[in-house]
Amino acid sequence: MNLSKNLKNGFLILMACLVLTACATKKTSTTSGQMQGDTYTGTDTVKELAKGVPDRVFFATNETVLTTASRETLRKQAGWLRKNSDINVVLEGHADERGTREYNLALGERRANSAKDYLMTYGISSDRISVLSYGKERPVDSGSSPLAWSKNRRSVTVKAN
Amino acid sequence: MLLRYLFILLIIIPIKAFALIEVDITRGNLNPLPVAVSPLSIDNESKENFKKILKQEDLGSEISIVVENNLRQSGLFNPLDKNAFLQEPDVANLKPRFEDWNLIKAQALVTGKVTFVDEKLRVEFRLWDVLAGKEMMALAFTTVPSNWRRVGHIITDKVYERLTGEKGYFDTRIIYVSEEGPKTKRIKKLAIMDQDGFNNKYLTLGNELVLTPRFSPTNQMVTYLSYFRNLPRVYLLDIETGMQEVVGDFPGMTFAPRFSPDGKKIIMSFAKDGNSDIYTMDLENRIVERITNHPSIDTSPSYSPDGKQITFNSDRSGYQQIYVMDSNGKNVKRISFGNGLYGTPVWSPRGDLIAFTKLHKGKFYIGVMRTDGKGERLLTENFYQEAPSWSPNGRVLIFYRETKTNSKGEGFSAKLWSIDLTGYNEKMVETETDASDPSWSSLLSD
Repeated sequence: MNLSKNLKNGFLILMACLVLTACATKKTSTTSGQMQGDTYTGTDTVKELAKGVPDRVFFATNETVLTTASRETLRKQAGWLRKNSDINVVLEGHADERGTREYNLALGERRANSAKDYLMTYGISSDRISVLSYGKERPVDSGSSPLAWSKNRRSVTVKAN
Repeated sequence: MLLRYLFILLIIIPIKAFALIEVDITRGNLNPLPVAVSPLSIDNESKENFKKILKQEDLGSEISIVVENNLRQSGLFNPLDKNAFLQEPDVANLKPRFEDWNLIKAQALVTGKVTFVDEKLRVEFRLWDVLAGKEMMALAFTTVPSNWRRVGHIITDKVYERLTGEKGYFDTRIIYVSEEGPKTKRIKKLAIMDQDGFNNKYLTLGNELVLTPRFSPTNQMVTYLSYFRNLPRVYLLDIETGMQEVVGDFPGMTFAPRFSPDGKKIIMSFAKDGNSDIYTMDLENRIVERITNHPSIDTSPSYSPDGKQITFNSDRSGYQQIYVMDSNGKNVKRISFGNGLYGTPVWSPRGDLIAFTKLHKGKFYIGVMRTDGKGERLLTENFYQEAPSWSPNGRVLIFYRETKTNSKGEGFSAKLWSIDLTGYNEKMVETETDASDPSWSSLLSD
């Protein structure tokens, strides 16, 4: 189980690299400076858990792979969690409205878990992290545009206590 | 007591079989059968009694309107304007003057009589073949007065069955999720209504998010997903007593529940550590059985009506597709191979088709395919729609549709829609609030 989990993480990182290199060649697909590919890169909806620690990471359509920016955000969160060992968190996974409800519940769960797995690789105990998927039930942007959908495909780290 | 299970005495008077008029429901009916639904006759004393109890001016007329609306909504019948009727209801019920009904082009005629007997509602009705000048069917029911709309639905079912050769779907209910409030903070409640939108009741208060209610084949139980205490779990609700209990209390999220065809098991997804698999729980002994074991997302399971197979949604090929397997999880076969993504497979009560949602090039479709994946047919296209549920006779699908918001994110709505298997007769199902996740009950009096 542990081995397969490690393999999975390795695979995720490898996939992320592949996605990145793929994106590097098609920078033209960036829309309005707030998306890369179709992953949100803006800061509109982002809150801070502490100074300089963003609370959320974003995903491409149908993807659960963490981008470089997401991993950087999660490393900051891990640093903050290490300093504040009394704080537990809930990772809330979300999907956009362009998918069937039940599949999106599973997708949100998977997204939150890829964030959780990454925090764990930086030494945060799984006891401190719980996962909650909202599927497409709690969009942060009510728009029906690619940009709105990109803001909604997210995993948000919320203080549990 | 939310729903009362009523005792409807079905006394069959005479049944004569003359298969003279027939309605073909296998193709889109562009020429619905002209039918006259006469107001049911009612004596003055009965009229006064029902007026007191039910606040209905003329119960005979009201019941006939229920029948008329049902027939019209089915798209297969064209109920004629009552103002054109020449014969009085009481005389027509005894012996129709067929030439009068023929004159207004009615091919079938429904007549009947309503009486107040021992505090009960007694309704008899007859179906006549106008062209042949013969009685096709006559039935009588006795029930509690508050059941009067159901009597209208049962009459429609009998007429539909006699004229199409297939069971009806009118004496049924729809359970759904009522939605209110802004898109980012929707308040969702379980709600139940008659198939024609009447007798709407809310079953939860809206304090917690609820999703995907599904009827048990026995109709008294519903399984659904609730976020009670922020723990998304599968629940069981007895709609008669209002009792609720959690059934999927596993260390993770349980979702996408449905009953097995015998009502004894719930099949659902269980998500843990980023992986969703399909499990069943026996409601009697609470034994949990794992059905799929795959690192992909496996969800939206639905049994075949014989309980031997399960269709489900999986992204094991890389994207959402539809699969079929034996009920023990063996012999997994992918059946969707068209362009795009496929989700929400639901097995038809007739066993021969699987309804689904398809996403292709930014559009959502409701469609059907045979259980081997062949013969895919898309019934309707829209910006967003999903989650088809079958009428108990497998002739109609109900689903929900959401609108695109404008550039300010305004104008969102979610509504229930229905469409015939033929692809015809698409229409919105009226609900008090916005609505989603409909599930059709089986026939209540079968």
